[in-house]
Amino acid sequence: MKTTDATDRGGDVRLSGISKTYGSFTAVHPLDLTVPQGSFFALLGASGCGKTTTLRMIAGLEEPSTGTVHLGEQDVTALPPYKRPVNTVFQSYALFPHLDIFENVAFGLRRRGIKSVKKQVEEMLDLVQLGEQARKKPHQLSGGQQQRVAVARALINHPKVLLLDEPLGALDLKLRRQMQLELKRIQTEVGITFVHVTHDQEEAMTMADTVAVMNGGRVEQLGAPADLYENPQTTFVANFLGTSNLIEAEVDARSGDDIVVKAAGDKLILPGGRSSAPATTGGKVLVGVRPEKIGLAHADEAGSIPEGRNRIAGKIVNTSFIGVSTQYVVDCAACPEFEVYVQNIDRDPRLVPGADVVLHWNPAHTFGLDAAQDIDAGVAEEEAA
Amino acid sequence: MTFVNWLKRNLVVIAGLLTLAYLLLPNVIVTVFSFNKPNGRFNYEWQQFSTDAWKDPCGVADMCGSLALSLQIAFWATLGATALGTAIAFALVRYRFRARGAVNSLIFLPMAMPEVVMAASLLTLFLNMGAQLGFWTILIAHIMFCLSFVVTAVKARVMSMDPRLEQAAQDLYAGPFQTFVRVTLPIAAPGIAAGALLAFALSFDDFIITNFNAGSTVTFPMFVWGSAQRGTPVQINVIGTAMFVVAVLFVLASMVIGNRRNRRKA
Repeated sequence: MKTTDATDRGGDVRLSGISKTYGSFTAVHPLDLTVPQGSFFALLGASGCGKTTTLRMIAGLEEPSTGTVHLGEQDVTALPPYKRPVNTVFQSYALFPHLDIFENVAFGLRRRGIKSVKKQVEEMLDLVQLGEQARKKPHQLSGGQQQRVAVARALINHPKVLLLDEPLGALDLKLRRQMQLELKRIQTEVGITFVHVTHDQEEAMTMADTVAVMNGGRVEQLGAPADLYENPQTTFVANFLGTSNLIEAEVDARSGDDIVVKAAGDKLILPGGRSSAPATTGGKVLVGVRPEKIGLAHADEAGSIPEGRNRIAGKIVNTSFIGVSTQYVVDCAACPEFEVYVQNIDRDPRLVPGADVVLHWNPAHTFGLDAAQDIDAGVAEEEAA
Repeated sequence: MTFVNWLKRNLVVIAGLLTLAYLLLPNVIVTVFSFNKPNGRFNYEWQQFSTDAWKDPCGVADMCGSLALSLQIAFWATLGATALGTAIAFALVRYRFRARGAVNSLIFLPMAMPEVVMAASLLTLFLNMGAQLGFWTILIAHIMFCLSFVVTAVKARVMSMDPRLEQAAQDLYAGPFQTFVRVTLPIAAPGIAAGALLAFALSFDDFIITNFNAGSTVTFPMFVWGSAQRGTPVQINVIGTAMFVVAVLFVLASMVIGNRRNRRKA
């Protein structure tokens, strides 16, 4: 049923043209995706984006409408879940309520006909620090403990790929942070390919090597967390991953590698290499910048802003102090709700609602997006999550 | 005032005890009168203490035969109704098929229909089919009316079952059969057991439907009814008491086993 050959690339997951339709509803559009062996891969998106369906197709719990699933060289598309060398940590864990913790963890071993499971199970329970709880029933454990049982129950089988379906969704914030680190540690230790489904962008960025952002049954963008954050290719990614200020602008001219755009009278510089939009003069483009890249100066100090920075004038609408930083909402002609996060190093007492200010940032931190998209895509989802 | 306060504090307990007494009093009477030595044929008045009936429970002609028949029918009816009912309950909860809604309501019909109507219509059916009334017609009738109760009990349990548990089993290398035996069945077991117990109790003491469809066969409830016309032997109380004691012992045993298992696990 399972070969354990450390040298093969059996932990690669290769999805080719995989899709899933229910009647007239398409949950996943034809999708190609390769997850390299040993990587921590996250499928990130709002609920209903097709990420869980994709995961379940890898597990074999959902039959793809088209396409194939390969694990390493093996085509597993037609294999039932119990014949696939993958294991799943289910959302809400799905621990067997009638079995104790020991038997829950031993379940996979026993089904594969392994007789002496005691040593392995005890080692696995120790790994997740639950050695003491072996004879308890799942309902006697806390949420975090149940979560670790679910991980142990899957990992003990040494799967080629471990699938995690929102495994931390039911935990409170503090425990979730702790378990994120724990899972990351286990993954590094065992070296198994992890495919992790989550709607929490912070969770995806903290844990994964590679993140695929999904929206409406399609992968919007795929890359390392920092790359996705710095260089979003679509408005959905820009808004779903953190916060972006997106400004509707018009291409004015090109100067060398840079594109000069005009937004409500202000001239901004956009590095050509950071724009995924066609840069024809007079064409529309969405100019984006992350809130923490921006400096905020009182209008009286505008003169002291160094040359060569993008600048926009506005008026503070709202401020909120959150300890390490202060978040400002600034009303500008180009963008009515410009978000700016300023670290609380030297607080300028004049920066209160109603104050006239100048926003300025390094042009290198500007990115450009195709203006033919919904500027608010991904915003609501981020708030809901 | 102290009495009123005491009453206030213990009102729930008192109400509970009274309800319990209300439930158990008939059983107490049955038990007490199983030790009676009646004067004449009717066991309705206390005369004097005696263990005669307990020493010779089968002393009444035909009674133990009818009891054995009732137990036999109840056993097979329970088996048949539980197997079929469990299958129906799974089908109704897990699968979407044509006429599922109709089946869902029709299954309750035997529960809702007056028993005497059902008994008469069953008799008509059997007579028209030319079936010989007796053990088999009683068994068929019992499985039929027990079915709805089993379906109801099992369905409630299956509905509350997380389908992800079975997916998790499959994900952990359990094939369809293993998944059913190792996960589905154990989790559904309390519902199935409740359905089976209900079926046994219903079948064992059914009188109306049985009476219509028994032909010349006599079950225990029919025997009791028949003898009540001519006089009630004390042995009926003995059997009644014995059944009650057996049932209580079953409950106690399962509680003790459950407690011991929990203590061992904890």
